[in-house]
Amino acid sequence: MADAQRHVARFTNDSRIPGWDRAADLTKEPAVVPDAATTEVPAELRAAIEDAVRRFPVGDSAFIPALYAVQEQYGWCSPEGIEQAASVLARTPAALTAVATFYDMFRMEPLGRKTVYVCTNISCSLCGADELLEALEAELGEAPDVHIRGFECLGACDIAPMASVNGIYVGPIGLDQVPELARQIVAGDDPLPAKQLIKRPCADPKVAEK
Amino acid sequence: MTDTLLFTNIDEPGLNTIDVYLARGGYEQLGRALKMEREDLITELSGSGLRGRGGAGFPMGRKASFIPKGDMQKYVVCNADESEPGTFKDRELIQKNPHQLIEGLIIAAYAIDATINYIYIRGEYDQQADILDAAIAEARERGFLGEKILGSDFSVQLELSRGAGAYICGEETGLLDSLEGKRGNPRLKPPFPANEGLFNGPTLINNVETLSAIPSIIKLGAEGYAAIGVKDSSGTKLVSISGNVERPGNYEIELGTSSRELIYDLAGGPVDGRAIKCWFPGGSSTPVLTADDLDIGYDYDSIAAAGSMLGSGAIIVVDETQSVVELAYKLAKFYSHESCGKCTPCREGTAWTFHMVERIKEGTATPMDLDIMAAVQEQIIGHCLCVLGDAMAMPIGSLIAKFRDEFEAEIETNRNERERKLAEEFAAAEVEIEGISA
Ligand SMILES: Cc1cc2nc3c(=O)[nH]c(=O)nc-3n(C[C@H](O)[C@H](O)[C@H](O)COP(=O)(O)O)c2cc1C
Ligand code: SF4
Ligand code: FES
Repeated sequence: MADAQRHVARFTNDSRIPGWDRAADLTKEPAVVPDAATTEVPAELRAAIEDAVRRFPVGDSAFIPALYAVQEQYGWCSPEGIEQAASVLARTPAALTAVATFYDMFRMEPLGRKTVYVCTNISCSLCGADELLEALEAELGEAPDVHIRGFECLGACDIAPMASVNGIYVGPIGLDQVPELARQIVAGDDPLPAKQLIKRPCADPKVAEK
Repeated sequence: MTDTLLFTNIDEPGLNTIDVYLARGGYEQLGRALKMEREDLITELSGSGLRGRGGAGFPMGRKASFIPKGDMQKYVVCNADESEPGTFKDRELIQKNPHQLIEGLIIAAYAIDATINYIYIRGEYDQQADILDAAIAEARERGFLGEKILGSDFSVQLELSRGAGAYICGEETGLLDSLEGKRGNPRLKPPFPANEGLFNGPTLINNVETLSAIPSIIKLGAEGYAAIGVKDSSGTKLVSISGNVERPGNYEIELGTSSRELIYDLAGGPVDGRAIKCWFPGGSSTPVLTADDLDIGYDYDSIAAAGSMLGSGAIIVVDETQSVVELAYKLAKFYSHESCGKCTPCREGTAWTFHMVERIKEGTATPMDLDIMAAVQEQIIGHCLCVLGDAMAMPIGSLIAKFRDEFEAEIETNRNERERKLAEEFAAAEVEIEGISA
């Protein structure tokens, strides 16, 4: 019964806010800009960040592309990767972490590389998205290297209920297609090829008439 | 209306490549625009009556005219963040006809003399961003972007920038902060972006659909374009129709078409002949309308007169079998997740509303909670830095106002259900509490 009355989620140490339960280590000095001369950075990561820097008049604008590059390299925004990006950009790791934690697509924990976003926003949930997420989660179980989560409107409500599998939009997904989709996700195969948004014709009859 | 402007040739294979686009007359309007005086071009855009298609509906030409003259660095930023729930029109334009957008953007850049320009696309649109990237590269290769384009003395650059998953980066100043590599927190206005925007320079921000309409305006002329649609809502509009309808999708309509025609004739109406409980006329941020409002024209002023907004042009249809509490739950969850946290009424108000709807679902709410919830919405509206707070408060406020009995009934049902379960638990545990019996 006590559980039923607890509306506010609690995290470690009874904190109400995730992350705030991790106390700062006061014995450590604040992180400074990593020394570019001694920080080793994988060549591809460095190249990707330097390319981003060239595209903007101000260096900070490269933060988001840099974080994508870190995520590509390590599978998540690992402290090591952020340190390396910070050294290339000559900024503190904290500056990058602050930006990374704002955005939903950056993984701050080592979750799977195969990302599956199931949209559970209004239009999709009117068409059974919550059931889809539940079924797909159950079907995937503890599949290695897979990260599945509910997501806000992905801009594809015309194919509700839908999912984005590593950036490929598929839908409408019937519950009977869940086992097949789960298998394709785990195997790294093209997800439900016949249901990919990219192949869908425009719904407007004026377009088809011509 | 049988003619399309934005959707012309949209399903033609290869339209996303420059050769096919050129074969269909692409970039001709850019050539014509570059021969016009900048002022005349802005007058032309104003005269067309084109209003912003991203949400606020501000006249595009007027916004362009606010950009100061002078030789400071100016920017055009295209808002391709498209994250308003229910909206998916920009996606189809970018994916199938990226050059139309690029052409429109270059014309706008020429009009305000912006030499550095960006398209900010939401990070989730990975495939669309790749297509757009390829199209920009083609345009650069063929000399539509770069130094002194098409023999004029106008030099122009365009870069694509990807977001990383945050609704608030669709708000124009949140977008600018994100583009500058920060957390996407909206800025206090004024200064407006037209005076102080990206990297502190004058910036014209427009939605994908707004910019994509520009080539048609140059082609038809201001008068020709303004002749389409109704007074103060000129032109065609893409409507994204989704939710409980037979044929969800994007439709290009003449503004002023009856809403019933859109929902029933184009999108096929709800499945199994069900009735419509309510519909969002312009994305999830707009107050809901009901079946009684179906005969109003789909244009900015008529929807406003009915107490809502045309917003991004996204119609979400909810049929009679759906629960309004569930709708409020999804809305509150979304906005509380997406609130950037900068202002207290929005950050706390969205979170409290979410917890209160949760209580209704759990069976611990009382009808008085509805009044508190409605009051919270009123306290949010107009008290925040950007309109994300209002964007939750308006639809939830309208749901409570229009479907109060349904909320009350659900509060009652869920409370009874919870009490019944508790009584069972107590009985099973052989605990006796006064007033509660199995
Ligand atoms: C919370 C919030 C989210 C928004 N999201 C978008 C969006 O995804 N796309 C968009 O074009 N405009 C969005 N807008 C509107 C923009 O702030 C801005 O008005 C618009 O990009 C201007 O372009 P337009 O005049 O061509 O419509 C949003 C506004 C708010 C307050
Ligand atoms: S209204 Fe909400 S989203 Fe907008 S700035 Fe304030 S806290 Fe952020
Ligand atoms: S509500 Fe699911 S994609 Fe829009």
